[in-house]
Amino acid sequence: MSTPISMSLVQRGHDIKIHQKIAVGFVVIALIIQCIYWFSQASQNASAWLWISILLASIGSIGYTITTYKQEVKGIKNNNNWFSSLTSRGALAWGLAVFLTGFYIILYWYPALLGLSENGISNTGLIKLFDPLSMTLKGSSASQWFVYGTLYTLIILLMGIKFIYKYRHNRYQIIRTLSVMFFQTAIAFILPEILQSLNQPYNDFKNIWPLNYSFFLDWHIDELIKNGLFGYFILFWGIISFLVITPILTYFYGKRWYCSWVCGCGGLAETAGDPFRHLSNKSLIAWKIERWMIHGVLVFVSIMTVAALVTRSTGFSNLFFFSSYDLSKWYGFLIGSVFSGVIGVGFYPLMGSRVWCRFGCPMAAYLGLWQKKKSKFRITTNGGQCISCGNCSTYCEMGIDVKAYAQQGQDIVRSSCVGCGICSAVCPRGVLRLENGSLDIDIRAEEKRTLHIN
Amino acid sequence: MKVVIIGNGIAGSSAARYIRKYSDHEIIMISNESEYPFSRTALMYIYMGHQRLDDTKLYEDEFWDKNRIGRLKSTVLAIHQDSKTLTLSDGKIVSYDKLIIATGSKSNKFGWPGQEFNGVIGLYNLQDLELIESHSKNIKKAVIVGGGLIGIELAEMLHSRNIQVTFLLRESSYWNIILPLEESMMINREVHDNGIHLRLSEELNKVIDDGSGNVKGVITSKGTFIEAQFVGLTVGVSPNIDFIQTNPIETLNGVLVDEYLATSEPDIYAIGDCAQLRNPIPGRKPIEALWYTGRMMGQTVAHTICKSPVKYNPGIWFNSAKFFNIEYQVYGEIQAKRLNHIHTLFWMHPNHKKAIRINFHAYYKNVTGFNLMGIRYRHEVCEKWIQSKTSIEEVLPNLSLANFDPEFFNEYESKLIEQYNQVNGSSLRLKSKRSLDLVTRFLNKVKPAK
Repeated sequence: MSTPISMSLVQRGHDIKIHQKIAVGFVVIALIIQCIYWFSQASQNASAWLWISILLASIGSIGYTITTYKQEVKGIKNNNNWFSSLTSRGALAWGLAVFLTGFYIILYWYPALLGLSENGISNTGLIKLFDPLSMTLKGSSASQWFVYGTLYTLIILLMGIKFIYKYRHNRYQIIRTLSVMFFQTAIAFILPEILQSLNQPYNDFKNIWPLNYSFFLDWHIDELIKNGLFGYFILFWGIISFLVITPILTYFYGKRWYCSWVCGCGGLAETAGDPFRHLSNKSLIAWKIERWMIHGVLVFVSIMTVAALVTRSTGFSNLFFFSSYDLSKWYGFLIGSVFSGVIGVGFYPLMGSRVWCRFGCPMAAYLGLWQKKKSKFRITTNGGQCISCGNCSTYCEMGIDVKAYAQQGQDIVRSSCVGCGICSAVCPRGVLRLENGSLDIDIRAEEKRTLHIN
Repeated sequence: MKVVIIGNGIAGSSAARYIRKYSDHEIIMISNESEYPFSRTALMYIYMGHQRLDDTKLYEDEFWDKNRIGRLKSTVLAIHQDSKTLTLSDGKIVSYDKLIIATGSKSNKFGWPGQEFNGVIGLYNLQDLELIESHSKNIKKAVIVGGGLIGIELAEMLHSRNIQVTFLLRESSYWNIILPLEESMMINREVHDNGIHLRLSEELNKVIDDGSGNVKGVITSKGTFIEAQFVGLTVGVSPNIDFIQTNPIETLNGVLVDEYLATSEPDIYAIGDCAQLRNPIPGRKPIEALWYTGRMMGQTVAHTICKSPVKYNPGIWFNSAKFFNIEYQVYGEIQAKRLNHIHTLFWMHPNHKKAIRINFHAYYKNVTGFNLMGIRYRHEVCEKWIQSKTSIEEVLPNLSLANFDPEFFNEYESKLIEQYNQVNGSSLRLKSKRSLDLVTRFLNKVKPAK
């Protein structure tokens, strides 16, 4: 047992750092290629350069994953999270936040800066780079949303691989991550593009109202109806996925079936956002703000949708003091763009990966109501084993103070829990388990297990 | 009534919390360690960068004021039981009606030559962590002496900073005074897999300095010199009660208490690591420096002071730990050297990272203990089986009730049953897969009829 280890740990740590830097170098080169293409407004060999940059980014990302985790024994890898600049709100984190926020602002409001063609002239810059891929998939040139969708999917895939390798000892994490990778790639990215190439309406079948806030807007319903039978099917699917599928699946499995297994926002948060999950605020104040905000958005989207439907059926657009059109425009701007996009992802490095899901997503609010009121799901606490270490709370991306429940032997039923299972994974004493059970459904949140004296 | 608690660890904090729950008494908690109670079991995670100190606090800061639990950051120099007062290090006098001593432990040092050099440190309290932090900056090698739970944590901590750790164990295998040999060997292997130099059956002889009082290395009982800029002394803890040695309160190793946690002096109680039970319940030790016993004692003493006297009863033994990446849970009695009348059923995964052991009575067949490595079992289910003296042949077919591993994890209960069947010529079969509803029913937690 005491045989000396051939390479010293210090040396090993040093080598890992060099390998990591080389890997990061590949990703940086990929980014530089895209930036050169973007700023030089170049237009040659887009297809080749796109694939080269994707290849380099993939090699770099997977290389980083392997060099970081391969030599380590399987297990929880949270060392240095609060020391590294990127994951502890240091200069790197702020830099990344500014970069992401800036990117979203350009994406939403200044797509011409990305090279989007105006007046039908062909694309230039970054968007031009994606034209060949777009042509292949749907037979038309790229838009800023195609660029975004491609990058979004690529990041979920690459960071998903990293996440799976990091948690390779935990089969729940592996399967869950494969699921979000599948739904993003097949259902959110490829299927809608194929539909468009077949002259069918664009539709992401897992993007359910109220997250998909424009689903019941006038123009969208018109577009669907115009498309005949398949359009009606999409409309029908949209209604039952909200009214029937969501309540049923949430009853059986909790909101996790959506938030950490299917949803695209959740997919990005769980993969690319994983290094930032501990940055969520766990205070009671944050919880209070969260409840007001998220339910506020749910009310907002409901009023907006009802107003739009009333306008559609009666023809009156001025309801009470506002116009239903203005209402949906403002919702789209404030919630759809600013909140879910700019803040939702831009603030990952500062407030954790679930800012949008926690404070803004009306779908999460809706799922949360079912989860709290009528679901078999809960996180069970294992008797008296909790040592109050706080890892569960720290690594809860939704900012739930899991420890507060666990240390008094109470099972956890919180409407915000997305069931990612990381609290259970990081617990060093085997205290937490995500479970579904029907026998005690109405008393599952009670303080039924006092720790000692009853 | 005014209750003063010396110490704000888990025992003192639990006492304060439950006194507030049970009464409206004035509560003051005195600590010289930290302003707000935190979890000392999480010290390692602060050092490794998993958490910040704030993340390890037991409650949010507002909790204490909201519950009117006063806090004083000071050291208690003396207890005057005649006048029912305390003298603090800043000269203040604090009076009490009831006093609870919950001062915890201190790290053992066994008088080794050189143990006073800079860089020789134990790990128990927040101040220790600060010392470890400042003495392990930019160093390359460390030696840890003593292989209990804290030693292995310290090894993992230093390892996270890429420091080469040599682990000196007096025993011939890790923690083999507690763990059966198979489990102990699994940990030897895990320690080795993580790049730690494990030196078994080797003790510390003396610590060597560089001439200016800083650690340069150690010399072991085998005469070997091992270079190190840091020496972790983790050879156990003992009650932190030096400040009452001149007081008439009866002490032995710890403050002696009866089953109500009362000391020899009126209105003074002692709980947690510093308390020594005069008559522990059978199978339990007089001093148990454990997290949960501190919590239980805190609640018990609160009940006794505020409501009605309750005897301290920690129930059936359980514990848990994590050795690098291998989690460990134990329920009931698992002796390192098995007693003659106890049989054992042991299964180990071929990768040596997971194992299940169930001990049972050779003649009566009732299960007496569960030992889990890398697999999680339910506390309440195991406890119920042990308490109700359930036969191994009843337990095995229902073993899935106990499994607490996350969803989709492999379940190994049938392997254990196979092994039992082979030895005993029986044909037991697993009745079901994991199901929370079955557990709920087994533990009689079914929803009451409304």
